[in-house]
Amino acid sequence: MSQALIADITIFVLSLLVGFEVISKVPSMLHTPLMSAANSIHGIVLAGAMLIAVTANNALGYVLAFVASAFAAANVVGGYVVTGRMLRMFRKRSEIPGEAAASANGQVSAAASREVNKGAAS
Amino acid sequence: MSAFDTVVRLIYLGAATCFVLGLHLMNSPVTARRGNQLSAAGMAAAIVATLAAVIHAGTVTAAGWIVLIAGILVGSAAGLYSARTVKMTAMPQLVSLFNAVGGGAACIVAIHDFVRTVGTSAGVPEQAAVATALDVIIGAVTFSGSLIAAGKLQGVVSGAPVVFRGARAVNVVLAVLMAGGAIWLMTPAANVAVLIVLILASLGFGVTMVMPIGGADMPVVISLLNAFTGTAVAMAGFVIGNAVLITAGALVGASGSILTKLMADAMNRSLANIVIGGFGTGDSAAGALVGADSSVRTVDADDAAIQLAYAHKVIVVPGYGLAAAQAQHEVQALAQLLETRGVDVSYAIHPVAGRMPGHMNVLLAEANVPYSQLKEMEEINPEFARADVALVIGANDVTNPAARRPGTPISGMPILDVDQARSIIVIKRSMGHGYAGIDNELYLDPKTSMYFADGKRALTEIAAAVKTLVG
Repeated sequence: MSQALIADITIFVLSLLVGFEVISKVPSMLHTPLMSAANSIHGIVLAGAMLIAVTANNALGYVLAFVASAFAAANVVGGYVVTGRMLRMFRKRSEIPGEAAASANGQVSAAASREVNKGAAS
Repeated sequence: MSAFDTVVRLIYLGAATCFVLGLHLMNSPVTARRGNQLSAAGMAAAIVATLAAVIHAGTVTAAGWIVLIAGILVGSAAGLYSARTVKMTAMPQLVSLFNAVGGGAACIVAIHDFVRTVGTSAGVPEQAAVATALDVIIGAVTFSGSLIAAGKLQGVVSGAPVVFRGARAVNVVLAVLMAGGAIWLMTPAANVAVLIVLILASLGFGVTMVMPIGGADMPVVISLLNAFTGTAVAMAGFVIGNAVLITAGALVGASGSILTKLMADAMNRSLANIVIGGFGTGDSAAGALVGADSSVRTVDADDAAIQLAYAHKVIVVPGYGLAAAQAQHEVQALAQLLETRGVDVSYAIHPVAGRMPGHMNVLLAEANVPYSQLKEMEEINPEFARADVALVIGANDVTNPAARRPGTPISGMPILDVDQARSIIVIKRSMGHGYAGIDNELYLDPKTSMYFADGKRALTEIAAAVKTLVG
């Protein structure tokens, strides 16, 4: 085995261990955003996809570069955006506008909350 | 190593650090958003550094630039659009699609590297051969398997386990082709034809692996495919000798493995048992007719409203049925109404409630439930004894006290101690069985009353009754 391969295996094993350590502390409440965040992180494969272009010089190479970069870009951009969107939903009581007031988050809940308001007032 | 290379590698190290710290910050809802931003910043730095490296290499042809830029633009637009528009109930499908494209991209990285080097005099580098084979297999299995999983969740592919005669024989043939192809690929006799056989066999295996798994087992399958994708990306890192791919891939592999284990444990199933499949029809509503069992007590909206309105402490137990009925907003409205009357309301969330790990929390958070009310199983179980009413909506097996006894299909499964509450109201469409296919003893408990209705309608009716009777 070459020295480079040994170094790569070392990085791989240590990263696995760090991953286990860090992730086992995440509460189950956040497991969906966690998985989505992990999903965005594997979007780093975009770096590998971009490097394909360095050596691509025929039709097959171009097709592979295009598909890989499109896949990876969708992964990384979509992953981070949807994780952010989900995490914004996790709010403290004080951050929920007026608690009983209508919120901007979806018409159904707004309508439901208004109904609650009316009920509470009557 | 040139100064340029050194800088690029240091930026990669910085990016890997951001990923780890970003995941670390996910351990609390207070810091999680910052964690995601930190992780995204690390990603942006790594991509910019890679772009600089690509420019620095100076070998990219005009056509190469066009396909690269077009690919990134098309992919980004698709990712952005789906991330912005996806409904929270459809999150599992989206995560599954991201798994598919991530695994697919990792697979292509290895394919390109192999095709590029196999014909040359130097041949495929020895240290890359094993990683190439693994990357192609894992990447292709993840790609097709995740697409099938997403299709099942979306309802495009039948959610029921699809088992056909001879499936096992097909799997054996595919496994032999994969193992043989992988070994051949590592020898000097490797050629593109072998690679194609390996890709096709792996794609086929991904399909036959996920097809027999039922909809209710999806939390485990998605976690497993997430771990696969991470591993495929790490293998791609080995192929092209890129440390940041190895680190990031390993982190994801670890997270996917942990979640897979947690989900399998919470379902009381071994991973092998789930993957072999044939179980978990999940959504089938077949079962006994309403009121078929005379010993079951029923309750109407007015009685339920009175019980809830005069309680001190109410624990809501939501299951997938709640999300299937799209009743998150109704349950939040009812909870808020009760809270204005001074009732203490919290939500007991079983780890497998929903279609992916932690899914129910997201659905309730979306409906404006503050996260302080979302309680994990270990945290809420001791509180049931102090609850006046446990309101069970669309949850079945995870509330069945039979799990505490040996000799039932769910024995040993961790459950919510709903039966400890002073009274229990169960909203359910029928006496139908849950996923385990057994009677729920909770429904026969003298403290339990059943409210047979669709979740959304029942909650609206109860909320209306609370307002008219005690408002």
